[in-house]
Amino acid sequence: MTTPIIQTEHLSRRFGSLVAVRDISLSVDKGEVFGVLGPNGAGKSTTIRMLCGILDPSGGRGTVVGYDLATEAERIKERIGYMTQRFSLYEDLTVRENLWFYAGIYGVPWRQRKARVEEVLTRTGLQDRRDQLAGTLSGGWKQRVALASATIHEPPLLFLDEPTAGVDPVSRRDFWEEIHRIAASGTTVLLTTHYMDEAERCHRLAFIFKGELLDTGTPAQIVERRGLRVAELTVDDAEAAARSLGGHPEIDEISHYGHVLRLTTRGGADPAELATTLLGPRAIQTCHEARATVEDAFVSMARRS
Amino acid sequence: MRVLVIAWKELRQLRRDRLTVGMMVMLPLMQLLLFGYAINTDVRHIPTVVYDQDQSAASRDLARGLEVTTFYDLVGQVESYDEIERALRSGKAKVALVVPRRYGAELAAGRRAQVQLVVDGSDPQTVGSAINTAAALAAARTSELLVTRGPTVATGPRIEVEPATWYNPELRTAVFIVPGLIGVILTMTMVMLTAMAIVRERERGTLEQLVVSPVKNLELMVGKIAPYVLIGYVQISLILVAGRVVFEVPFVGSPGLLYALSFLFIAANLALGLFFSTIAKTQQQAMQMSFFFLLPNMLLSGFMFPIEAMPEPAQWLSNGLPLTHFLRVVRGITLKGADFSDLVPELYWLVGLLGVLVLAASLRFRKKVA
Ligand SMILES: Nc1ncnc2c1ncn2[C@@H]1O[C@H](COP(=O)(O)OP(=O)(O)O)[C@@H](O)[C@H]1O
Ligand SMILES: [Mg+2]
Repeated sequence: MTTPIIQTEHLSRRFGSLVAVRDISLSVDKGEVFGVLGPNGAGKSTTIRMLCGILDPSGGRGTVVGYDLATEAERIKERIGYMTQRFSLYEDLTVRENLWFYAGIYGVPWRQRKARVEEVLTRTGLQDRRDQLAGTLSGGWKQRVALASATIHEPPLLFLDEPTAGVDPVSRRDFWEEIHRIAASGTTVLLTTHYMDEAERCHRLAFIFKGELLDTGTPAQIVERRGLRVAELTVDDAEAAARSLGGHPEIDEISHYGHVLRLTTRGGADPAELATTLLGPRAIQTCHEARATVEDAFVSMARRS
Repeated sequence: MRVLVIAWKELRQLRRDRLTVGMMVMLPLMQLLLFGYAINTDVRHIPTVVYDQDQSAASRDLARGLEVTTFYDLVGQVESYDEIERALRSGKAKVALVVPRRYGAELAAGRRAQVQLVVDGSDPQTVGSAINTAAALAAARTSELLVTRGPTVATGPRIEVEPATWYNPELRTAVFIVPGLIGVILTMTMVMLTAMAIVRERERGTLEQLVVSPVKNLELMVGKIAPYVLIGYVQISLILVAGRVVFEVPFVGSPGLLYALSFLFIAANLALGLFFSTIAKTQQQAMQMSFFFLLPNMLLSGFMFPIEAMPEPAQWLSNGLPLTHFLRVVRGITLKGADFSDLVPELYWLVGLLGVLVLAASLRFRKKVA
């Protein structure tokens, strides 16, 4: 057993009367891609800021890369990379100048700086745009430069706060490949997101809702623990079916996917059977059981808390 | 090392920011021309009456001397203090020259003679000009000038003034204004630029990235503001050269001393800008705060109005402004050739104020968010 790279106990943060983060205890192992999931305002950014040592916790404690959050914040800063939620490059500097600057302030030794910047430019495919002002890059490219800047000093731990917000699906996919490449090279990545498809790409997850940690584990564990069963059915009149299914105590959630109705139950009831009994077999055209997803689990937890 | 990286970045950004660079060069030049040409605080053609008790050749010479400066128009002779008072009250005259009996005789005997200047105290502009001019004139005749502020002549205090115009014998305002302008321009641009440079980073979200980096507070502060020291020196040089070329403003003292002492003043303004940046939420607020700060500086520092003429509380306030002391330094060095020992009191003030501002700025400038 190696010691976790991040460990917190009852970490809390208040803003006046608002409790933005309440009693969060979690641990992240070396080399993981750890996802923090939660809707807007859940307290994801606040949590990351505390873990980076730029926001003092109002309660609880924690260690990050072996240093204490409360007393050794400056030591932590040397060993992490942090891409803020609205990570902005200096738009009036070129791509290379941005990288050069971050290499400088993160203390990449002067002799290695040039080589490191060149290497990053090549690896991320930015060589052609090296002398372009960052402000003139498209969203996907900006994101890549930002990630390259935040990792220019090859930190053992990387925080990414909603790194793919507002990025198109193709760029997002590339971005995730890059994240897994970084993780494979030994860097631990903690990121926040509210894209559920991204959640499934993480090794482990933590669900945060209204500042509280609802569950943590691998995507499969989280889905399994929630005990959901899902059926997808096509019916003649989806609206009417949804109405007559709604309100039944055993049904957790009904949602529309085009012509398909997605029915979720909790506590073991078979959703297909339930649908047949409630709607009558003639109303249902097709019906099959589906795999419960992280999104199902998350929505279920959020609705019940 | 990190300081250099931050300063390098700042300069790079500045180089691409044509507007700011242009402003920093144009502002001093525009202000120079504006103040040099348009605002002429010298008051000319002040209506003056003469109470000549001596009626000698010397007294008539003094009165004529007054008139040829074109600052005074002799509008009549009077025979008593009562008449002076009436003239001042009615507005017929704003200044009265009183030449006592034996004025000519005293001068002839090689002794210092006294003349009295009664001025309309309700008009500080006139007072300043009148005193300066007359003092120069009197000094040229080795006479002592007593100034009384009217219109209540009899009870008014008798003031002996030091003839400040010794150092500006031609009484040209530009000569006095231009060195002072250095201080005003620096106050305006240094405070504003630093405040905005930092608030801009906060607005754009890049400050959080710096805060989370291992950069130390001090490195960040120094690296951010160091390039502006350079700009400050460019502005000083610009005004000195332009002032010399356009208005023939002399430079009597040591440029090295001026440049050295200017550092304290520039640093004080940068620290203040830093302090403002911790309060302002937007660049616009930062700009407003800087302008707001400029106002008392223009009024209280002695840039436009003599500090000696201000009420005591205002004088205390003016001591709290770095500009007040810098004006003495810059005028002292350029116009009077003051050396280091002459400026030691101002040096103490500047160092003290700088210390206070740096302390205030670094107490508020914390490397944390929220
Ligand atoms: N500096 C702050 N001052 C006051 N309230 C804040 C501050 N930062 C965050 N909050 C509040 O804390 C809550 C959690 O915010 P945040 O951590 O940014 O959520 P998330 O990143 O999950 O969207 C929100 O209600 C937000 O308004
Ligand atoms: Mg957030």
